[in-house]
Amino acid sequence: MLLFGTRIPLSALFGATVMVLFILLAIFGPWITPYAPDATVGKTWTGPSTEFWLGTDNIGRDILSRIIAGAQTTIGIALVTTVLSFTLGVSAGIFASVGGPVLDNLLSRVVDMFLSVPVLIMALIVLTALGSSIPTLILTIALLDSTRVFLVARAVAVDIAARDFIDVARLRGEKMPWIMFHEILPNAMPPLISEFGLRFCFNFLYVASLSFLGLGVQPPQADWGGMVRENGQAIAFGILAPIWPALAIALVTVAVNLVVDWLLSRNVKPSGASAEL
Amino acid sequence: MSDENILEIRNLRIEALNGQVLVDDVSLELRRGEVLGLIGESGAGKSTIALAAMGYARAGCRIAGGEIRIDGTDLRGIGPEGRQGYRGMRIAYVAQSAAASFNPAMRLIDQICESPLRHRQMTRPEAEARAVELLGKLGLPEPAILARKYPHEVSGGQLQRAMAAMAVIGRPDILVFDEPTTALDVTTQMEVLALIKQIIRDLRTAALYITHDLAVVAQVADRIMVLRGGKMVELGEAEQILGAPAQAYTSALVAERDHSRPLMRPLPADPGAPVLEARAVDAGYGGGKVLSQVSFRLHRGETLAVVGESGSGKSTLARVLTGLLPQMAGEMRLDGRPLAPGYRQREADVLRRIQLVHQLPDMSLNPRQPLAKIIGRPLALRSGEKGAALQRRIAGLLDLVGLPAGFAERFPPQLSGGQKQRVAIARALAAEPEIIICDEPTSALDQLIADDILRLLMRLQDELGLSYLFITHDLGIVRRIAHNTLVLLKGETVALGPTAEVFAEPMHPYTRKLLVSVPQMRKGWLEEVAAQGPSEP
Amino acid sequence: MKRYVATRLALGLVTLFCVTVLVFVATNMLPGDAATEILGRGATPETLARFREQLGLDDPLVLRYGNWIWGLLHGDLGQSLTTQASINEAIWPRLWNTLRLAGLTALVSVPLAIGLGVLSAAREGSFLDRALAMGALTAISFPEFFTAYLLILVFSVKLNLLPNLSTIFPEMSFLEALRAMVLPVMALSCLVTAHMMRMTRTSILSVMSQPYIEMAFLKGVPRAAVITRHALPNAAAPIIAVVAMNLAYLVVGIVVIEVVFVYPGLGQYMVDAVGKRDIPVVQACGVFFALAFIGLNLISDVLAVLVNPRLRRPGGGR
Repeated sequence: MLLFGTRIPLSALFGATVMVLFILLAIFGPWITPYAPDATVGKTWTGPSTEFWLGTDNIGRDILSRIIAGAQTTIGIALVTTVLSFTLGVSAGIFASVGGPVLDNLLSRVVDMFLSVPVLIMALIVLTALGSSIPTLILTIALLDSTRVFLVARAVAVDIAARDFIDVARLRGEKMPWIMFHEILPNAMPPLISEFGLRFCFNFLYVASLSFLGLGVQPPQADWGGMVRENGQAIAFGILAPIWPALAIALVTVAVNLVVDWLLSRNVKPSGASAEL
Repeated sequence: MSDENILEIRNLRIEALNGQVLVDDVSLELRRGEVLGLIGESGAGKSTIALAAMGYARAGCRIAGGEIRIDGTDLRGIGPEGRQGYRGMRIAYVAQSAAASFNPAMRLIDQICESPLRHRQMTRPEAEARAVELLGKLGLPEPAILARKYPHEVSGGQLQRAMAAMAVIGRPDILVFDEPTTALDVTTQMEVLALIKQIIRDLRTAALYITHDLAVVAQVADRIMVLRGGKMVELGEAEQILGAPAQAYTSALVAERDHSRPLMRPLPADPGAPVLEARAVDAGYGGGKVLSQVSFRLHRGETLAVVGESGSGKSTLARVLTGLLPQMAGEMRLDGRPLAPGYRQREADVLRRIQLVHQLPDMSLNPRQPLAKIIGRPLALRSGEKGAALQRRIAGLLDLVGLPAGFAERFPPQLSGGQKQRVAIARALAAEPEIIICDEPTSALDQLIADDILRLLMRLQDELGLSYLFITHDLGIVRRIAHNTLVLLKGETVALGPTAEVFAEPMHPYTRKLLVSVPQMRKGWLEEVAAQGPSEP
Repeated sequence: MKRYVATRLALGLVTLFCVTVLVFVATNMLPGDAATEILGRGATPETLARFREQLGLDDPLVLRYGNWIWGLLHGDLGQSLTTQASINEAIWPRLWNTLRLAGLTALVSVPLAIGLGVLSAAREGSFLDRALAMGALTAISFPEFFTAYLLILVFSVKLNLLPNLSTIFPEMSFLEALRAMVLPVMALSCLVTAHMMRMTRTSILSVMSQPYIEMAFLKGVPRAAVITRHALPNAAAPIIAVVAMNLAYLVVGIVVIEVVFVYPGLGQYMVDAVGKRDIPVVQACGVFFALAFIGLNLISDVLAVLVNPRLRRPGGGR
């Protein structure tokens, strides 16, 4: 498939389409739910029917309506978290690359310490202390995730900072902000865009996992991870109620990953393994 | 096919996977014991052809048509297993970088013996004995011990020889040399060239020799094929190609290699006070000293060449002068006033007066900025101009370096190498400098384009009265453009003075060695130099 | 070599120390009065006072940390706030269960991932390569609980082959326990294998782009031998790093999987404690998870040196 002169593979096109669909859902969700998402409208755990397309949940609410309503919360939280984490991580990463060895070492050591605890474990620890609310959730994950972003951004920026045009800018008397945002950042963008997609996937899964564990978004607010939790026991009876929200989570991540994969693969040259022998 | 042709390539066509044609309808034959030089600039397809001679195409391209016959057998018709039987045995490869061509996780001897063992040509003891014998013949000390080492445990020069041993151990009929001396310093290049010639002579193998340097190919090749953009330009006996080229492109290449005509204007008898002066400057990184006691004077309108091999400290000198690396000791003066060591302590006006043109425009131009910003930013910083006035100035500068004004909206990746270097020069000019430090500005460019850049620099010097500090390893360039020359060896001054005097007898043994090592197109030059013996400076 | 291991070990200990500080500070950064915050506004002054004393909330932070780390060093993990029981007694069997689960998963996924990664790299661009890439991409995109519920739906509900809950008792025989662990191991392996396979492929392909690989082809070495003799030894160090890193991911995945299957391991213990805001238990579990994480990284660093002749035998003519 050709778009704007670039060949886009079907997989990436599929991913982009699904992404757009879910974004529309997140924006217009509240107006298009067939039922009120928090209202008990049927019996507990009825299967898919013409009345309730995806069936009803543990207290008889329409699952489809809750998935549509939950899109905003679930995707929104992950998106805000990633934007925050990126702003923080990228600024610090670029700053470390041009701010001199002392600053670089200091930032890197602090980040190293955070890297020795898995994000989910650290998030659990912080949430124990602070209790779970959406702002706490966003800030905690964003801060923890920004240490991972820092690593990538710093590696990319150090590579760019070693190029001669940075010396040229310095010798021209440019100040630090110009060097960071006019010289380095534009060159760091291509790898960082795909990294943004990857980090979004991770954050999305972290938030979903925490909600699934009952430590993220709190009921009765509809969010996909929480829905899986509420209906988890139904699976033992072969009822699909927990599968639908989990599938929604999986679809979003697959879609983003498909697009990211395409973005990354554009820069990959075939290796010697595919030489004509 | 005639019996005396060991290799015949007919109508070879190689395409990239995106359909771009890399090599188009190239035919050649190689007689037993003959050396054929393949010469051309970057993108000419010479390496691609050489690899295709082994039936191999790099990832991302494929051999789309033609025949490749070794001793009558078409390599394209015998499948991958069949081709494996030829590689290493009948036709062997010598790569550009020996260090990169050895597997870091295997001992040298295992890599050297791999081919004959794979092809069941020798038993392991036989192969190992032969490998050690070859290493000894190639002038390596204690070959039996050296062979047991890992690549990172031996020096670059030793790896070069080990790679030659690896190529010849299976007694191949054809050797493929892919720019084997390109990455080397000029004095080392001469030694490796002599070694290659000795191997070809002793083993009486045929060879394909790929290079971009006519003078190098002149020393080894019997016949020369000139390539451009994947097509053959001219094929003939070496004497004919070098002495009486039939095609205009070949003539241009040959003429460029002829260093006799100076490009610079003579300096006035009394040049006045120096613009830039260094007095006993020491500099280095960490604790190590890279430059010691370097002094020179640079006058208005003068070009001072700084010459030396890699590790001589010439690029460090550029960093010290610009203030990127504060000196450890000594003093620098600009127009008689002391120059602060670090660029942070220098005033904007002082920074402006000394500009830098780097070796690699890909590194020195921000690929994400349009030329209007690259050139416009220093202009705006200096004059505060905006809008239409600024646009006019940018167009004026582009014109000065020979680029159309319409280029202002383009980004560096859309330009060719030569055009990028012109942009780098325009950016330096935007600051209205008095001194431009040129750090090997032409060494990454193809010869003809490098020549244009040199002419441009000379014209600008004429028009604007610029002073150049020109860092290079190419003595040919020095003689054409430099009024004065500073020769550095391991950070110390070996010679300093008017270029003609520095290169005239009597001179320092190192300068002499540098000078004689510059390949000349004259046949027999290599033998003459090699006869003088490898004299360590 | 010995010096390197010693330095790396010392560095690991320093990191571990920093992490205990991090864990401790993170659990103690409650705004306002911790006791009121945790017990709620309805708590009586007596309960609050007792709670404060038990947590040592009246002592300065540094002293509390000192007491905690002192206990930790002596193998005393403290008391649970909710059950008042010793954490030591509760944690060891759970740790053992988690290690069994992780170990089994590693046993399945490491060989599988490396095998598939090598295969995929060797056939770069082929149909098999693309199919594996798509499969791996899907697997890493699925949240652990989705994979787990799909597996339960198929193997437990539809086929009725395996239990949907993995409750394990110490009295269970090894085979019974194994049967209960099949589904969680499968679910975990999916994710970990996919991550590892992708990274293994990348590591090998980056080696395959080196000039010495081309040189091997041009010496007439067959493809299979180029991969096994030239590419793999050089890809070993990055592959080990990849394996260690993904086993560390396993630590995270295990938390969710244990909850799905109600598996009595460290992860479930921790999640329970977080819900009840049982700080000492969370601290203890956090330290164990971090210990596993740091330990794996340490082992991978040391192994990477062991397989690399350049690092093993520094020196020579340079």
